[in-house]
Amino acid sequence: MPGIFVAKHAALKDGDRRIVKTTRGEIGVFAHSGGFYAYENKCVHSGGPACEGVMMPKVIDILAEDKTYQGQAFSEDETHFVCPWHGYEYNVKTGVCVGDPRRKLKSYEVVLRGDDIFVIA
Amino acid sequence: MNIQTPVNEVRELRFDQFSSSESLVKASEQAHKRKYQDFLIVDVDCHHYETESHGEVFKYIENPVLRRQAIESASRGGRSSMLGGSVGYQDIGGRITRHWLRGKEKVDDSSRHRDIAKSLRWMDAMGVDYACLFPTQMLFLGAHPQAEVEVMMARAYNRWLCEHILAHEPRIVSMLYLPFNDPDATYQMVKDFGDRKGVVGFMVTSPRYKPVHDNCYMKTYRLLEEMGKPLSFHAAYNWNDQSLALTNKFIGVHALGFMWFNMVHMTNWVVNGLPERFPKLKTMWIESGLTWAYSLMQRLDHSYKMRTSDCPQLKRKPSEYMREMYFSSQPMEMPDDPSILEATFKMINAETQLCWSSDYPHWDFDLPGVIYDLPFLNETAKRNILGGNAAKLFGLDMKPVKKIPPLA
Repeated sequence: MPGIFVAKHAALKDGDRRIVKTTRGEIGVFAHSGGFYAYENKCVHSGGPACEGVMMPKVIDILAEDKTYQGQAFSEDETHFVCPWHGYEYNVKTGVCVGDPRRKLKSYEVVLRGDDIFVIA
Repeated sequence: MNIQTPVNEVRELRFDQFSSSESLVKASEQAHKRKYQDFLIVDVDCHHYETESHGEVFKYIENPVLRRQAIESASRGGRSSMLGGSVGYQDIGGRITRHWLRGKEKVDDSSRHRDIAKSLRWMDAMGVDYACLFPTQMLFLGAHPQAEVEVMMARAYNRWLCEHILAHEPRIVSMLYLPFNDPDATYQMVKDFGDRKGVVGFMVTSPRYKPVHDNCYMKTYRLLEEMGKPLSFHAAYNWNDQSLALTNKFIGVHALGFMWFNMVHMTNWVVNGLPERFPKLKTMWIESGLTWAYSLMQRLDHSYKMRTSDCPQLKRKPSEYMREMYFSSQPMEMPDDPSILEATFKMINAETQLCWSSDYPHWDFDLPGVIYDLPFLNETAKRNILGGNAAKLFGLDMKPVKKIPPLA
């Protein structure tokens, strides 16, 4: 199975990422919560570098039992990466566009061969 | 066999440096793919951060007392500001990285002003030939409680802009800020600056509380009409406005606020017969998107047929006057069903009246692709909206002059 070398396993720590240039475009490779995820670096909105923005936990509204609003918090379960052009957010584990879940970034398989990380593209 | 990609083709992200050209490299790819080099693109609404040049601008404040107040107020930082500010978090809590990274952008060319160098970088990256430059923080100055502060800053900024930017770079033009809270100073501004290089019109910031049909403005409208300079109304919000203060999130005050003041001014402009009084005065409505116009045309027409006595100067329906005005495109709403957008374009006569705008570097900027990629426009309509309409309005040469960076 062909693949493109991304990094040594030890060099890509949790929270790190790399942008891999291929002949067909760029791919963002994320190390997150013990797993690896890879997506096309092209925002579904206007083609911006979707994988090159900040990582942020999902923001949630806190509602009490009586449905009253109690403020906001960061989710401990879901992390997003954000396109730096306009703020489109994507779930790092699925590539689904949070603001328009019908759309998602093209994903790629990431494999570990020995100490080397490859993206299959 | 695995392909071992050379190290220089796998890159790490850097959050300690910034380059307008590099951050927009994908916009440059779009520009090449769509062959923007072959035709004119004019951006009728973009910005710089004039606050970064306050040290230069304040030197142009004519009154020595106010000049000292401005300089002292700015130097304190963190306490009250003489110019005021705006409540808001446009960068979405740091998600729009260029807002906090752009201060790290290096400009080595000291032969021209930093704002010229930075503007040309993003203009070329997107494929823009000419850009109409506006300030950022001053968009909120219309709600300042001291009219003399608005006048002082408007005159100082306009002088600085003309002498430091417009005089030196023909690809950057501007519609100059009018201190609308002082009608006499507004008139004098047009008289003093109307013929300066690169001044293609004048601009009123929309969040303000003096109605556009007040008799005190008629002499200015007459003067603008005689000079052939368009008058634009640039939208913004005022979160302290009593109605808008009911919203509790920026998405709310932005969605409503950027339409609200232009809806009020447009309504007053039309029902008070200003298009009949000044038939050759061209107006442009900036940064309210398009749906407000589509809606207001129908609302006003519906009521007009029953209440002509409210607006006896009108000889046609309100929408017919609005259809002869100019509109900037950004932030262009993109409904899932393109036929809705197509109807909006038809309603405002977009092929001759719509002018593309980016609003760059602000958080919700648009690329030329928002127009170029529309399936219902032919090539002529695309080129009119992206540049031809503005070139006609501003008197610009139709020959493209941009230098889109070559692809790596």
